[in-house]
Amino acid sequence: MKAAVITFPGSNREGDVAKALKQAGAEVTHVWHGDTELPAGTDLVVLPGGFSYGDYLRTGAIAGRAHIMDATRAHAARGGYVLGICNGFQIACEAGLLPGILVRNAHLKFVCKRQYLKVERNDTPYTSAYAKGQAIDVCIAHGEGNYIADAETLARLEGEGLVAFRYADAEGNVTPAANPNGSLNNIAGIYSPGFNVLGLMPHPENLIDSLVGGTDGRGLFQSLVGSKRAA
Amino acid sequence: MKARVTVTLKNGVLDPQGKAIEGALKSLDIAGVESVRQGKVFDIELSGSDKAAAEAALKAACEKLLANTVIENYRVEIGA
Repeated sequence: MKAAVITFPGSNREGDVAKALKQAGAEVTHVWHGDTELPAGTDLVVLPGGFSYGDYLRTGAIAGRAHIMDATRAHAARGGYVLGICNGFQIACEAGLLPGILVRNAHLKFVCKRQYLKVERNDTPYTSAYAKGQAIDVCIAHGEGNYIADAETLARLEGEGLVAFRYADAEGNVTPAANPNGSLNNIAGIYSPGFNVLGLMPHPENLIDSLVGGTDGRGLFQSLVGSKRAA
Repeated sequence: MKARVTVTLKNGVLDPQGKAIEGALKSLDIAGVESVRQGKVFDIELSGSDKAAAEAALKAACEKLLANTVIENYRVEIGA
């Protein structure tokens, strides 16, 4: 699998996600936001975490209009994989790759902690290495992770099974107490209708090595690289 | 030509920052504050003097970048 990790001014997790992808067997190229084309043969575009443009205007708003996003939208329209993590999820929403928007956490605090997620389905390119309903232990670190969408969009996401992950407790129970930021329906990540675009606020790339306390994040990258081989 | 673009949250969209400011105003004993909604103001200098063209350009600016119409409304005012 050939992955292109985009670096925006203020991205800071591009190295970590590249490490996670390489560990899973992907070939990684770093691409600058001002470029207009993706490297030939790109299978996966990654919008990494960070604070692009200092979160000016709205989180992800300016990066979402970067030149490389035209190529990224075209890649997604062709069915190519696009993975947006944290600020990358915010960028994907602002770029129109995914519906809805991430706003300020309901309690107004930046949250930085370990967080369990319930894997909603495992028949997608991003989650085949997990079990359906599995609670995975990852990290969250964000001030604007409160996912909102209008009632119609939310009903469509739920009705079409496009919710990827929900904030949950260690047993996988999706409860108000397990919701760290006020997101509607505890939504932590969503897919595009073709399941080729995934945006999520948590950082699976943080938990890929037992040296740092866990490996539950590996499954996502292994799933992706495996899905390419199978295709 | 000067213009002012005002971007505000749509009704019904939760505004935790506005709520926090509202609480702070109340704690300062500012009388009569019912509620606060926070928005953004952009003062923009434009070349040319065609008001209709300026309004069209600023509307495009709002739709493309300044506002996220999922949660925000915008208003364009063209000055002298």
